[in-house]
Amino acid sequence: MNRRSFLQNAFRTGALASLVTAGLALPKQVWAAWNQKAFKSKSYTDAVGELYGNNALADSDNIILKAPDIAENGAVVPITVESELPNIESISILVEANPSPLAAEFKLAPGMRGYASTRLKMGKTSNVHAVVKADGKLYKATKEVKVTIGGCGG
Amino acid sequence: MKKLIILACTALLAGCVTQKAAPDAAQPSPEQDRQSFVGYFQQRFPDVQLADYADGAYALPVNAAAREEWQTIEEFPPYELAIGEGESLWNTPFKNGKTYQDCFPYKLEDGIKQHYPQWSEERKMVLTLELALNECREANGEKPLGWKKGKIASLSAYVGYMSRGKVQNMPAPNSSGALAAYAAGRQHYYAKRGQLNMSCADCHVYNSGMRVRSEVLSPSLGHTTHFPVYRSKWGEMGTLHRRFGGCNEQVRAKAFKPQGAEYRNLEYFLAYMNNGMAINSPGARK
Amino acid sequence: MANQIRIRAKATGNVVEVKALINHPMDTGQAKDKSGNLIPEYFIQTVEAKVNGQTMMNAQWSVAVSKNPYLAFQYNGKKGDTVDLVCVDNKGETYEGSVKVR
Repeated sequence: MNRRSFLQNAFRTGALASLVTAGLALPKQVWAAWNQKAFKSKSYTDAVGELYGNNALADSDNIILKAPDIAENGAVVPITVESELPNIESISILVEANPSPLAAEFKLAPGMRGYASTRLKMGKTSNVHAVVKADGKLYKATKEVKVTIGGCGG
Repeated sequence: MKKLIILACTALLAGCVTQKAAPDAAQPSPEQDRQSFVGYFQQRFPDVQLADYADGAYALPVNAAAREEWQTIEEFPPYELAIGEGESLWNTPFKNGKTYQDCFPYKLEDGIKQHYPQWSEERKMVLTLELALNECREANGEKPLGWKKGKIASLSAYVGYMSRGKVQNMPAPNSSGALAAYAAGRQHYYAKRGQLNMSCADCHVYNSGMRVRSEVLSPSLGHTTHFPVYRSKWGEMGTLHRRFGGCNEQVRAKAFKPQGAEYRNLEYFLAYMNNGMAINSPGARK
Repeated sequence: MANQIRIRAKATGNVVEVKALINHPMDTGQAKDKSGNLIPEYFIQTVEAKVNGQTMMNAQWSVAVSKNPYLAFQYNGKKGDTVDLVCVDNKGETYEGSVKVR
């Protein structure tokens, strides 16, 4: 099983770095303050509006939104967004039925590929929207992810 | 195959009623048990290889979509953080200067987890990895850890991870004590319990691959190879005995004490059913 | 396990993929403890990624990112690059990690 031995080797050769001591002196840049308004918006279109200044979204085939059809556990839903649209500045992920739909936004500098992956909490079955800002315009892809209750009652 | 297990069960229970601990000609040996256990699953899931059972419910064809999602998470599994904690715990000497390695007759690099659980003839009991870890602490003047989660789970995850791929080669129980412990574990496994009046076997043998609401029931074969486990439901690592307790409670039975005789014997029985499989610890589950 | 990030970075051709797992409870502020009191929100709000000292990505997260959050991104680069991650949570605590691309 390649996956297992890869993990094992990575651990053994110490290729994984963990905590960096204070001595590394990374400048703590304060970018735009955490976008409270966008994160507190109750509708996903409002959140997009707060995030990008407008919410005119065009569907795009050039966004691949990878998410399970049925989430194994709504607390940990793996989501990946990939796009080859030109000049991507930002990728954001919104879970429409969550109390606050905006889950994450990734601002990307040129030289970054159109790719973002994370794991999200979903309260219930919902559309998941991946929004990509490319060349100043907004595009989206949507997928419904079903979230079931566990079966054992435990 | 179901008949064989029921026959074995009846013979076993009959033995228990008459307080007999010694094996008699009517009872199948643990090795015969194991072969019929494996045979049952091979018949039930003809396309699943023995080694794949280490992946639990994700090995079953009905769960192909869930398997894909699980593999996505396995690319960088949440239990890596516990392995990291376990590694630093393992490598930190006790106040008296000794280390965990000093307590074990097996070297970590050769794998330790595949040697547990084991029957101790001198102590007349089943020893598990978590028990050995905590006894090591106490023998060296340290307070023992809780049995179900936290540091014990991280230590067990690290030791398990370092033992990955090592084949479990348990000697078949053959002393009267070992056979009694094995029999007790098997009895627990097949006995009905709780308000729901279900046995472990009801879900994990006879209904393995079927659903309980939206959950696919995992087959017992391979269960002990992938613990401790990071369950998304727990949001953290937990030990095998934590899960035993949870399962007992889920059929509305009172859980037994983790690392008490009941669960150690159950672990012994289950591990013997997996004999010959490789350690696949720790695991990530929903 | 306080303040711990595990990072892996691998180059395949000129594409570098960086994956990270961060130890953080990501409490939503909606869950209750055993006494029935709300556990306050406690979550990573910003993540900054630098490559060879240059900021390449800035992410902002909500409480909807899973506990022990995972993150992966890709950029055009090569073996030997240095990738640094700095995460800051809503209490102002920072989590830092660094890795050389293999």
